[in-house]
Amino acid sequence: MEYVNIVVRSVFIENMVFAYFLGMCSYLAVSKKVSTAMGLGLAVIFVLTMTVPINYGIQKFVLEEGALSWTGVEALAAVDLSFLQFIMFIAVIASMVQLVEMVIEKVSPALYGSLGIFLPLIAVNCAILGSSLFMVQKEFDFVESVFFGFGSGVGFWLAIIALAAIREKLQYSNVPAPLKGLGITFIITGLMGLAFMSFMGIKL
Amino acid sequence: MSTQTAEVAQVKKAEALFSKRRKKIITDPLDDDNPITIQVLGICSALAVTAKMEPTLVMAIAVMIVIVFSNLIISLMRNVIPGRIRIIVQLAVIASLVILVDQVLKAYLYDVSKIVGVYVGLIITNCIIMGRLEAFAMGNKPYDSILDGLGSGFGYAWVILAVAFFRELFGSGAIFDFKVFEAMGIAYQGNGIMTNPVGAFVIIGIIIWIQRARNGYVES
Repeated sequence: MEYVNIVVRSVFIENMVFAYFLGMCSYLAVSKKVSTAMGLGLAVIFVLTMTVPINYGIQKFVLEEGALSWTGVEALAAVDLSFLQFIMFIAVIASMVQLVEMVIEKVSPALYGSLGIFLPLIAVNCAILGSSLFMVQKEFDFVESVFFGFGSGVGFWLAIIALAAIREKLQYSNVPAPLKGLGITFIITGLMGLAFMSFMGIKL
Repeated sequence: MSTQTAEVAQVKKAEALFSKRRKKIITDPLDDDNPITIQVLGICSALAVTAKMEPTLVMAIAVMIVIVFSNLIISLMRNVIPGRIRIIVQLAVIASLVILVDQVLKAYLYDVSKIVGVYVGLIITNCIIMGRLEAFAMGNKPYDSILDGLGSGFGYAWVILAVAFFRELFGSGAIFDFKVFEAMGIAYQGNGIMTNPVGAFVIIGIIIWIQRARNGYVES
C-alpha cells in the first residue's frame, strides 16, 4: 500500500511537470501531436524506471559518506564522494538513453524517425536527473525508488499526452497572434496545474 | 581557399573589441532572440526558483557563470573534440562547472543553497547551456563565445527576475523579503496562486505575449 501511495503521489500530487517544472523543454517541444508525445512519454517512463534505482545503488554504495565501507578497506570507509553526485548521475543517464535509443531504432524505426532529435535530448531532460536528485533528498530505499521512478515517468507521460491532445484541438481556435504557440501553451499548462492541485491531500 | 584566407585577414583587421557584430552577439539574446521567450530553452529552472527574488538572483548569477565559462572552455577545445562524442564532453564540462558553483554556494550561502536545492544541479540539464555550446561555442572563437554566453545569460536573467518580481510582489506582497505593501500602510493578503507553480506558468505566458506583441514575432 505504501508503494501504491508513492506512485499516486508522484503521478498526481507531486507531478514532475506541474509541481516541479521539470522536463519542460521536451514537454513544450514534442507536444504538438499525440502520437509523438505518446512515444516520448513511454521512453521517459522506461528511462526513469531504470535510472532512478541504478542511481540509488550508486548513491548508496559509492557516493555517500561511508558508502565505500563494503569494500572492507579501512581507508575507504571514511571517504565522502557525494560532491561527484551530479557527474555520476548524468553519466548513468546518458548511457541509459543511448541504450534506449539503440533499442527503439531496432524495434520501431518509425517511432525512431518521429522522435528524431528528442530521443538523445532525454539525456538532458531535467525530469530524469531531477527524479534521481529527489530520490536522494527524500531518502527512499531501493524498492521505493523503483516505484518513485515509475510514478514520475507516468506523471510526465500523462502531462505530455494531455497537453498534446489539447493542442491538437487548439488548432481550430482563434488565438491572438502574439500568444500563438508558446504563450498559450504556458497558460494552458498553468490551468492544467490548477486542475492537478485538486488532487492535493489524497492519501491511500 | 583564397577567399577563406581573405576573409580571415579582413576579420582580423576590422574587428574592434566591441565592434557592431559583437554588440549584436550580446544584445540579440536580450530581446529578439531571447533564450526563454523565443527559443523556449531552459524553462525548467526558470520557473522553479522564481517564487522569491533572492534565490532567483542567485540562480541567475550561477547560470551566467556556468554558461560563460563552459562557452569559453568548449570554444578553446572546439578543434580537438571528436564530433561523435561531443555531447558527453560538453556534459562533462558543464557538470564540473556546476559542481564548483554548488560547492561554493554551500560554503558561502548555505541558506540560499537550501532553497535552491536540486535546481542548482539541474543547471547541468539546462538546455540553454547545451544549446549555446552546440550552436555557438563549437564554431566560434573564445572571445566571441564569452560575449555570446554573457548575452544569453543576461537574456535568461531578466526574464526570470521579471517573473520572480511579480510572483513575490503579488504572492507575498514583498520584494527581496521587504514588505512593500505593509511599508505603504496597505493591508495585503498574500495570493497563494502566485507562489504556486500555476502563477509562474501564467506570468511567463503573459510576458511572452507582451514581448512578442512588441517585437512582432509570430509562431507559425
